[in-house]
This record gives sequence, C-alpha cells and structure tokens, in this order.
Amino acid sequence: MTELLNSLYIQTPGASLHLEHDAVRVRIPDDDQRRTLPLRRLDAIVVYGHVHLSTELLSRCADDGRDVVWMSAGGRFRSRLQGPVRGNVLLRHAQHLTHADLAARLRIARSIIAGKIQNSRQILLKGARDTNTATTKTELRDKAATCADYLAESQQATDLDQLMGWEGKTAEVYYTGLALLLNPNNDTGPLVGRSRRPPRDPVNSLLSFLYGLTRSHAHGALEQVGLDPYVGFLHGIRPGKPSLALDLMEEFRPVLADRLAVTLLNRKQIRAEHFEYQPPAQEADTVAPAGDHERAVHLTEDGRKIVLSEWQQWKQRQWRHKQLKRDVPAALLPVVQSRILARHLRGELPDYLPWSPT
Amino acid sequence: MHILLTYDVNTTTPEGQRRLRHVAKLCEGYGQRVQQSVFEIVTDQAGLLTLLDHITRTIADDEDNIRVYRLPAEGFTKVQTLGKAGLIPHNDPLIM
Repeated sequence: MTELLNSLYIQTPGASLHLEHDAVRVRIPDDDQRRTLPLRRLDAIVVYGHVHLSTELLSRCADDGRDVVWMSAGGRFRSRLQGPVRGNVLLRHAQHLTHADLAARLRIARSIIAGKIQNSRQILLKGARDTNTATTKTELRDKAATCADYLAESQQATDLDQLMGWEGKTAEVYYTGLALLLNPNNDTGPLVGRSRRPPRDPVNSLLSFLYGLTRSHAHGALEQVGLDPYVGFLHGIRPGKPSLALDLMEEFRPVLADRLAVTLLNRKQIRAEHFEYQPPAQEADTVAPAGDHERAVHLTEDGRKIVLSEWQQWKQRQWRHKQLKRDVPAALLPVVQSRILARHLRGELPDYLPWSPT
Repeated sequence: MHILLTYDVNTTTPEGQRRLRHVAKLCEGYGQRVQQSVFEIVTDQAGLLTLLDHITRTIADDEDNIRVYRLPAEGFTKVQTLGKAGLIPHNDPLIM
C-alpha cells in the first residue's frame, strides 16, 4: 500500500516556492527564516490564491507525478498540473467502451448514487444517536428513512435523468437534516439549503471549501490508477469537466466533507469571524448580486488555516473497508475505490461497489 | 523510520567547502535541518540507502565524518529541547 505522505498547503499571498535539488524552498514575504522541505515527503502541493511556483519546481513535480493543485483564495478548484499521459491505454480503452454502453454506464451510476445516499443516511443516523432532543432525534430518523426509500427507488431508475432526479430529491431531504445537526447557538447562522457558485452563507462556504478538497483528492486518485478523470458515468462528458472525478467524490462527500464541517462548526473551531463577505460582483462568473444575502461568502485566511489543519488530521483517520477487510486512512479511500472501479471496468469484478463506513 | 544524521566536513580547503554544501543539499532533500550540521530524517529503508550512497560518493573518506543514528520508532516525538530550538513537525499539517 502506498505510504500516506504529507501535503503542503501554501496560502500566504505573495509566497514563492523554488526547487533546490531534492527540496522545495518556501519564501514567505516579510519572513527571513530559511525553510526547505524534502520533496520526497510530499505527495501534493496545494496553493491558494496568489502564490508563485518556479518553473523548475513545476517540471520536477510533473516528472515525479506529484500533484500541484491551484485553488482560488475562496477554496474553489482552479487547475491541476497534468504530467505526461501514462501508458495504461488498455484500462482507458475499457473505460471508454463502458461509457459507450448505456446499460453498463447506468449500472455504475446507480452504484455511485447508492453509495452517496447510503453514506448520507449514515450521517443523519449518527446525528440522531448523538442528539439529546427527542424531537430532533425523531426528525432525523424520519429523514434517514426517507433517504432509504429514495435509495430503493433510485435503484429502479431506468435512465440517468431519473437517477439524477432521485439524487436531487435525496439531497433536498439530506441538507435539511444536516441543518438539524448544527448547534443553533453557532454564530455562523443556520444552513438554509445548499447554495453554490457562489456560496451565500458561511455554512455553505465551508461545505464548498471542503468539497473542493475532496474533489482534488478524487481527481488525483483516478490519475494515479490510470483512469481518465474526464470520462464519467453519472455526470455526462463535457469539455473541461472532470466528470469521473465528480462521480467518484459523490460517495465521499457526506463522510469526508459534511461530517467534518458539522464538527468544526459545533466545536466552535470555525466561527462567524472566520468568514468574509465579498464585495458585490467581483468574480466574472457571478450573477449580479441583488442584496446583502446574495453576496458570496468566503473563508478568511485564518479560517482556511484552521480548516486545512483539521482536514489534514481528518485524512489520517482510519476507516474500515468491508471489501478489503482492513482499515484504510481516509486520504487513501479514493485511491482504493479507483482501483475497485478499474477492476470492474476490466471485467474482473461484476459490479462497482461504493465505499461505506461501518 | 526516524534517522538522526550528523556530519563533520573538513572545510579548510575550497574543495571541502564544496563537499559541505553538497552534503547539506543532499540532506535537505530527505529531512529537516535542526542544527548547523544535524538533520532529522523520516524515510524508509530504500530512501536511507539512496541517501547514504549519494553521501558516500560525495565525501572524502580520510577527512570527513558522518554519523547516522537510527532512533526507536517515533523517536522524534520524544525530543527534549532547550534554548531557541523548536520541535520540527514531521507528520503535522504543513500550512504556510
């Protein structure tokens, strides 16, 4: 099994990274301390906002297959360094053939949705176990039961649109349930439905940030295994859309992102002071905001620091994997699932089995 | 495994100064400098062998002196420091 290496996160504006032999040298503005980190201990460099990376460092990372991911200061995924396409052409060919076969595609998509709904249910049920209020307990159990019904219904879907329909209905129930898990005394405000591009309240902004991290993990895992992240089964193919990465991250959203978000908010590690409202209509792809509540919300630099540090620990947590019959650190779950998907595409496994905790 | 590597490279000649820089650069690719010529290194057997091979080919056997200590498991978590030396986080989040 691959060793779990560290990721380097750089978020100080104006920082610069250079290659020095086998080490990366980090220069932070207004700080003369000499910092070098051994490259071989890093499996990814993630930069937020305005950070400079030297060409030598980038080409070295491309050669080694080390991930370099650019995120916007608000945590939205911007781009990834893509090294040479590797020679695993038989696997990619099998992937394309499966994509062209509608029935096979639907089967995988159903598994993905089943995994997502199942894991969402688990979050609600765990919440129900942990709460002391009887009404909330019942409400959460009801919502989990509804999710279970939708799960059964979704497995009868005869095309992808129907399947997406069930996914949407479940998400609606699920986010109202997730809102119940948040302590009402949090000063970050409640979760009122999901809003994205841009997130319009602190809770949504935290969710988007964590989804961005989950997504870059899924994307990296697929490339590591040799699958084409742009040919997905549930999400249709579109230029520039890593649909298989989006497919793969579905089953991890509830456990890796949502549950961490709830914990951070309820422990009051992330508070209202860790968010900032963006001035109206800054980003080109934002629709002109109407009022204050329409403005995009982002984590501040301090807020990101807390989230990233907790994420780094969260990734090391061991989870049981039923098929493998052993514990796997969260950071490697996407890799394990990519391998299972690859085995299914090659015809070695009859079905793709999504991962589920417990 | 956790490795403590210390080196003494004879720098009286320009050739020696060159060797010193080279050894330091090699070590920076594997671990963290904790004192002028002391490195804390977390690596596996293969990494250690590669590093030692590079160092062997760099140093002058009759002038320089390298010592490699293998610490017990998780040895760096039990380091005591005095003065301005801080603890180097080897597996902690790297956020800057």
